[in-house]
Amino acid sequence: MQPETPQYAIETRDLSIFYGAFEAVKGVNLNIEKGKITAIIGPSGCGKSTLLRAFNRMNDFVPTSRVKGEILLHGVNLYGKEIDPVEVRRRLGMVFQKPNPFPKSIYENIAWGARINGFRGNMDELVEESLRGAALWDEVKDKLKQSAYALSGGQQQRLCIARTIAIQPEIILMDEPASALDPISTLRIEELMQELKKNYTILIVTHNMQQAARVSDYTAMMMLYEDTRSGTVIEFDKTDVIFTRPTDKRTEDYVTGRFG
Amino acid sequence: MAKYTYPQSQDLQNFVNARYRTAWVWQLVFLSALLIAILSLSALLLNVADGAFGYVVYEFKKDPATVSETPLAELTQPQLLALLQENLSKGAYTKLDKESPMEKRSRDELYNLLIERVIQIKIEKTYNLFDSLLHADVIRAEVAEKYPDATLEFRSWLTPAFLTTPMSSKAEFAGVRTALLGSLWLVAIAVALALPVGVGAAIYLQEYARKSFINNIIQTNINNLAGVPSIVYGMLGLAIFVRAMEAFTSGAIFGVTDSNGRTVLSAGLTMGILVLPLVIINAQEAIKAVPDSIRQAAFGVGATRWQTVWHHVLPSAMPGILTGSILAMSRAVGETAPLIIVGASTFISIDPASPFSKFTALPIQVYQWTARAQAEFHNIAAAAILVLLALLLTLNATAIFLRNRLQKRF
Amino acid sequence: MQNTREQPLSPPSGFRPGDLRRKMRLSEDIIEATLFFVGFLTIFITISIVIVLGDQALLFFADPAVTVWEFISSTHWQPAIGEFGIWALVSSTLTTSAIAILVAVPLGLSAALYLSEYASPKARAILKPVLEVLAGIPTVVYGYFALLFVTPILQTIFGENIGVYNMLSAGLVMGIMILPLISSMSEDALSAVPRSLREAAYAMGATPFEASVQVVLPAALSGIGAAVIVGISRAVGETMIVAVASGATSKFTFNPLEAAETMTAHIARISGGDLSYNSVDYNSLFAIALMLFLVTLVLNLISQWVVSKFREQYE
Ligand SMILES: Nc1ncnc2c1ncn2[C@@H]1O[C@H](COP(=O)(O)OP(=O)(O)OP(=O)(O)O)[C@@H](O)[C@H]1O
Ligand SMILES: [Mg+2]
Repeated sequence: MQPETPQYAIETRDLSIFYGAFEAVKGVNLNIEKGKITAIIGPSGCGKSTLLRAFNRMNDFVPTSRVKGEILLHGVNLYGKEIDPVEVRRRLGMVFQKPNPFPKSIYENIAWGARINGFRGNMDELVEESLRGAALWDEVKDKLKQSAYALSGGQQQRLCIARTIAIQPEIILMDEPASALDPISTLRIEELMQELKKNYTILIVTHNMQQAARVSDYTAMMMLYEDTRSGTVIEFDKTDVIFTRPTDKRTEDYVTGRFG
Repeated sequence: MAKYTYPQSQDLQNFVNARYRTAWVWQLVFLSALLIAILSLSALLLNVADGAFGYVVYEFKKDPATVSETPLAELTQPQLLALLQENLSKGAYTKLDKESPMEKRSRDELYNLLIERVIQIKIEKTYNLFDSLLHADVIRAEVAEKYPDATLEFRSWLTPAFLTTPMSSKAEFAGVRTALLGSLWLVAIAVALALPVGVGAAIYLQEYARKSFINNIIQTNINNLAGVPSIVYGMLGLAIFVRAMEAFTSGAIFGVTDSNGRTVLSAGLTMGILVLPLVIINAQEAIKAVPDSIRQAAFGVGATRWQTVWHHVLPSAMPGILTGSILAMSRAVGETAPLIIVGASTFISIDPASPFSKFTALPIQVYQWTARAQAEFHNIAAAAILVLLALLLTLNATAIFLRNRLQKRF
Repeated sequence: MQNTREQPLSPPSGFRPGDLRRKMRLSEDIIEATLFFVGFLTIFITISIVIVLGDQALLFFADPAVTVWEFISSTHWQPAIGEFGIWALVSSTLTTSAIAILVAVPLGLSAALYLSEYASPKARAILKPVLEVLAGIPTVVYGYFALLFVTPILQTIFGENIGVYNMLSAGLVMGIMILPLISSMSEDALSAVPRSLREAAYAMGATPFEASVQVVLPAALSGIGAAVIVGISRAVGETMIVAVASGATSKFTFNPLEAAETMTAHIARISGGDLSYNSVDYNSLFAIALMLFLVTLVLNLISQWVVSKFREQYE
């Protein structure tokens, strides 16, 4: 049987990210497969968030930040001169470490993003569908007009996921989305990710090895260069390969907890 | 989920561009608010400059040539003295002599007296700066027609003499000497009261006070005092310093007899209370900014709380406290309403010599001259504003200088 | 080891068991007490204000020529014929303050939005000092500006309908005076909104403008409300601009083109003249001042409360 050529949702070419003169991330080449979950793991400070935020150009808001190399979406460089970061962010949704709902009602949290992006259609339906998609509908369907701040942390995080899927991105970026949550809420988010995989490509940063092993199809292992303190991807493969028979000794040490 | 409910490709691009355009329009709207602020500030400053310089049309009641053969400007002090004796009535001369001995007065003073009392200059009309610059011909023609005997002269109302001569009932001879000295007295007294009390209160609140009901009240109260209208402080000063404590503020208990409670001391104390909340809040900010590690280091080697505060916290906070105090001084220099209430004198030509003197102050002069109907008083009001603004500028420049200077040492 | 007997560590010579006990540090206690006293003094100021104003105001209301009802309901203020209706003064205070707020709030808020959302660091370094200078100009200078610059301009616009003294000019200039206050407080409120909210908006594909106006601005609304309240309190208490530019006749009117005396201007004018202590006129000033004090106190308290609630919301 001929192996299917994988479709890539997004690719990086010799990607380096700088903060001023400091090269935080260096020489990253990743091909993220479409419809899969890719986990990014690595010790603290190795540039996981930096890399993730480069994908949807959130680093544009750090005045000192600079990017070398390319990030390709359907072959188009997201850092090309004519590219509009607003459109980029509309196609690459992001869920943050700490739940950050808007100080508005649950309904408005979802409707707002849709509205500014020019949504044409039935808003009530979209809200319901998104909430269902984020496995939150049953819990909040009677209090859509209440403040999102009245929800629990886990619910708030699912609301943030719901508002992200409401704008129908192609890729969802998640930066430690469950690190501020209790084990039950974490489990629900993980189940949700498996659901979302059917429609979206997901990139997730996590510190939790079990989580990476449980939810992801691919894993990228990041590590710091000893001398320059720049982070880079040292190994990228199917998750079971990374966790059972990694080629790099450092990866093995890290995933088995013998690191440092 | 319906797939294509969002604008796609070309549609999307147009949509995003439209949103950017909206943002751009609003950016201009927001920017225009700042432009209005800049315009207002420029208009205000130009308006003041406009008033402080310009053409003056004046006439002499007495031809100078009939008073003295040599041009007045070349006369010496004794010659001027003789002329004054000759031309003034006896009563007027002795009265002037009583105010301050005529022989001891400077040449310039006597010269002004001669012009004011003997030659008797009369201002027919004044023109503002921009009129004077732009329509000089029109002005000349008008003057030649309406006031054929008058002299037309371009004049700066702000002159060195304006700073050194006392008040006068005639605009052309008036100066801000007494007002300037009054303002300095006021600020000195206000700072003497507000600085120690303010810094002490700030230290208490930042370094000693635990979270308690009473400390909470103190803090809230200070924030509120900062928002009390200045005129209310004036009423407080009137009732307490001017009236209730008259024996003290008039200097009666120190043997001063010719005074009531409306002294520079009363006004200074009122101003001190007015700026106290400002001093406290600024000092609190400065103390807050001192890193905790400094305190912990001091406690760690066995220092008491006061030793920690006195030797470590206060020196580090000093630049901030000083800057804040100078800002409070600027406030005291510019405040007018409380001085009116406490009773700044409307007319005073004697320098304030002690805390128990009657006084006037720069902003009071600005107010009174602005309120006059004659245009020449508006001109000297503008000149006084320039002096006031220069004083404020000096204070603020000092604050910035001190801050930069002291910060380097840490 | 030969000697296994437990031997306590011997203290250094000169150590007495009492040494570690808490000591009386008299000087420390005196210092703390002094500092507390100094801090407490500020409360004493407020108490004095209330007593002084209240006391004289009571004397005023005790006067047979005056009734409380007349004071709070009548629209005529003519002390010469014994008429003390505060509305004649309140109407102009309200009119000038309203004009000032209408000018200062939109301008101040726009300025704050521009500075916090658009301005480059360089532009900020130029624009911010302009506002600071505006804030530092003494109000009597604003009075001069109102009377001798703004009023003449208004006279060319409105012609005969507007006098040398009018509330419009005073109100407009007061608005410019309050603008920096509103703008700097609003800017503080905007920058207190956590970054994460802004990032959330960006991640949803919002433009910077949409993020700031539709997410950050609403989130900062209570802080901005507090700024508006402080602005109102400042306008109500402002004296010199109105004293110079809005006229010296007490008149019940809300027409900004007319001249009318505000509460503050009235106090300034009457007390500036030679007034005998303890006359009804004199005492009436304290009644007005008491009202001013209470109104601004309430406004300031509300604003402080709003700000603290706002801070709590975002820690
Ligand atoms: N805004 C910034 N400005 C300057 N340097 C930054 C900035 N953000 C991150 N860095 C630096 O970039 C490097 C990578 O940071 P990053 O936050 O990407 O690490 P991380 O792998 O996400 O760590 P963690 O697991 O702790 O979240 C660090 O050395 C950090 O100090
Ligand atoms: Mg991170």
